[in-house]
Amino acid sequence: MPRSDDAVIKVRDLAVDFAGRHVLKGVNLDLKRGEILGFVGASGAGKSVLTRTIIGLLPMQAGTIEVLGVELSKASAAERQAVDRRWGVLFQQGALFSSLTSGKNVEFPIREYLRLSPKLTTEIAISKLEMVGLKPDVYRNFPSELSGGMIKRVALARALALDPEILFLDEPTSGLDPISAAEFDHLLLTLQETLGISVFMVTHDLDSLHRTCDRIAVLSEGKIVEAGNMEVMLASQHPWLKEYFHGERAHTDFQVAIKGRRVTEKRA
Amino acid sequence: MTAASLLSVQVNSGGLDLAASGSWTAEHARALEPQIEHASRVDPSVRRIVVDVTQVERLDTYGAWLIERTLRVWSSRGVEAELVGLSGRYNNLFKKVRAGQQKLTPEKHKRTGIVATLESVGRTMTAVGSDLFTIFQIAGALLVAFLSIVAHPRRFRFTSLINHLERVCWNAVPIIILITFLIGAIIAQQGIFHFRTFGADIYVVDMVGVLVLRELGVLIVCIMIAGRSGSAYTAELGSMKMREEIDALRTMGFDPVEVLVLPRILALIIAVPVLAFIGAMAALYGGGLVSWLYGGIDPKIFLSRLHESITIKTFAVGMIKAPFMALIIGLVACMEGLQVKGSAESLGAKTTDSVVKSIFLVIVIDGLFAVFFAAIGV
Repeated sequence: MPRSDDAVIKVRDLAVDFAGRHVLKGVNLDLKRGEILGFVGASGAGKSVLTRTIIGLLPMQAGTIEVLGVELSKASAAERQAVDRRWGVLFQQGALFSSLTSGKNVEFPIREYLRLSPKLTTEIAISKLEMVGLKPDVYRNFPSELSGGMIKRVALARALALDPEILFLDEPTSGLDPISAAEFDHLLLTLQETLGISVFMVTHDLDSLHRTCDRIAVLSEGKIVEAGNMEVMLASQHPWLKEYFHGERAHTDFQVAIKGRRVTEKRA
Repeated sequence: MTAASLLSVQVNSGGLDLAASGSWTAEHARALEPQIEHASRVDPSVRRIVVDVTQVERLDTYGAWLIERTLRVWSSRGVEAELVGLSGRYNNLFKKVRAGQQKLTPEKHKRTGIVATLESVGRTMTAVGSDLFTIFQIAGALLVAFLSIVAHPRRFRFTSLINHLERVCWNAVPIIILITFLIGAIIAQQGIFHFRTFGADIYVVDMVGVLVLRELGVLIVCIMIAGRSGSAYTAELGSMKMREEIDALRTMGFDPVEVLVLPRILALIIAVPVLAFIGAMAALYGGGLVSWLYGGIDPKIFLSRLHESITIKTFAVGMIKAPFMALIIGLVACMEGLQVKGSAESLGAKTTDSVVKSIFLVIVIDGLFAVFFAAIGV
């Protein structure tokens, strides 16, 4: 996959107030084309606030956000909608429409935006469901009939419905068992390779960070304190990062594994 | 890029050459679909088909699927179908799309016509039966919870009861007074208007008194409460069910009926008689006011006439129905709430059911009471 250095998302000096306090105070962040960016930070550090601000669910107080060359705060409604079509969002709980079947959930954006024949719409939806590793019959199940992991997959299929260029993932592996989480990571890498999408992933899963991410950005006290690959993270002297990557939960075989082997392993 | 230049079709000696070019992506999928379907029908006698994608600049799942679908259509007719010129970067994408089976088990056959109607009637009847069963079930659970509270009064959630009383009783007073006042006024106005032709306007007082105290006061209040508080109960319990809060209570060793249902229904049983009394008074006041201003019946005459026409029995007959109706509203509301399934739609459906069923049952109970009181001669 040829990888150019242009950024699909550029966040500059972003400040956001939420629930009466300054959550983000001058965030600068780039998401480069074709990369998987892991986004970490302590619970309550404002990861979700940043994600929700970029996708336009929260208002910002200062700064600029540029997505695919469009500055969102200055974009007209039509430009804004054009951008909405080019990204997909996977919410933490899936956020599937509970009154629609899985298939209709995936078809929803296709139906609204592309106006294809019903036959092709259904075929594309089934194709997307199969792409994320589900059986075609899941098409007829309602979200309440699915397990947590399946809901996440259906939600991913819906996020991928329009073949987006950018994918936002909010803790995609939380609530999944380690095997499902590993499958998810694998799926993400395959999708990155087949579709060439750029991924912005909020996660707490160290294994997932290790397996999938090209770059990691760390949010602490309202700012990005560190950004770079895993080696940069491990070498960082920031106290929270030291605790995060060298603490009790960062098991030793994982630390051994990341030294030098990561790049080869990832593409294998 | 115009859609027309995306696909060119050539027929040559028993073979079909399809040459794709440009962007085979989601935004062109609408134009591509008829073109490629047309190409599949152009000449059914061909023995061999080649799809050339060398000139394709951009490809996504939509384009890949359209090409794959064409190949599958031809292969299923026994024609040799071949894809050439796929660039390396789209190899994986194609493999991923090709891996899809697209096999959906056929949907269960749906009945139509008279059989479907009969089936739906049958299903409704069994649903009524199972509703009846559930309502007895929850009434039983409520009784058990009530008895265990009587045995251990300390376990009773008094704060919860007060909280619900505030919401279903105190906060409902203004709207109940307004509605019943208007109902009383309207009955009096209509009565005077029609009775006047017989010179019997004074009997309006009897009519307002008996109607309001015996029937309408409590009925109007119950319908209001079913819409106002019954629906709220169903929605609360339903969303708690959806978010597994009720399961959480159960695992901690609490009985959801005791913790959630009992205080709510007790609050209703206290609230409805109180509101029915307030409502009856407001309706009498409204009736009296209209009789005076519109019918020229002096308040003193109204009161003395009222004194003659109604007895404490009339009042008691109305009030005695109130707690039973409250119990029915509460039971239906909680039963529907606890039956909510995972979806937002089911919460809405159950809330509607709750209001419709409790109003229906309130009227049925009112009818049963009327028969009962007639039988004992009150």
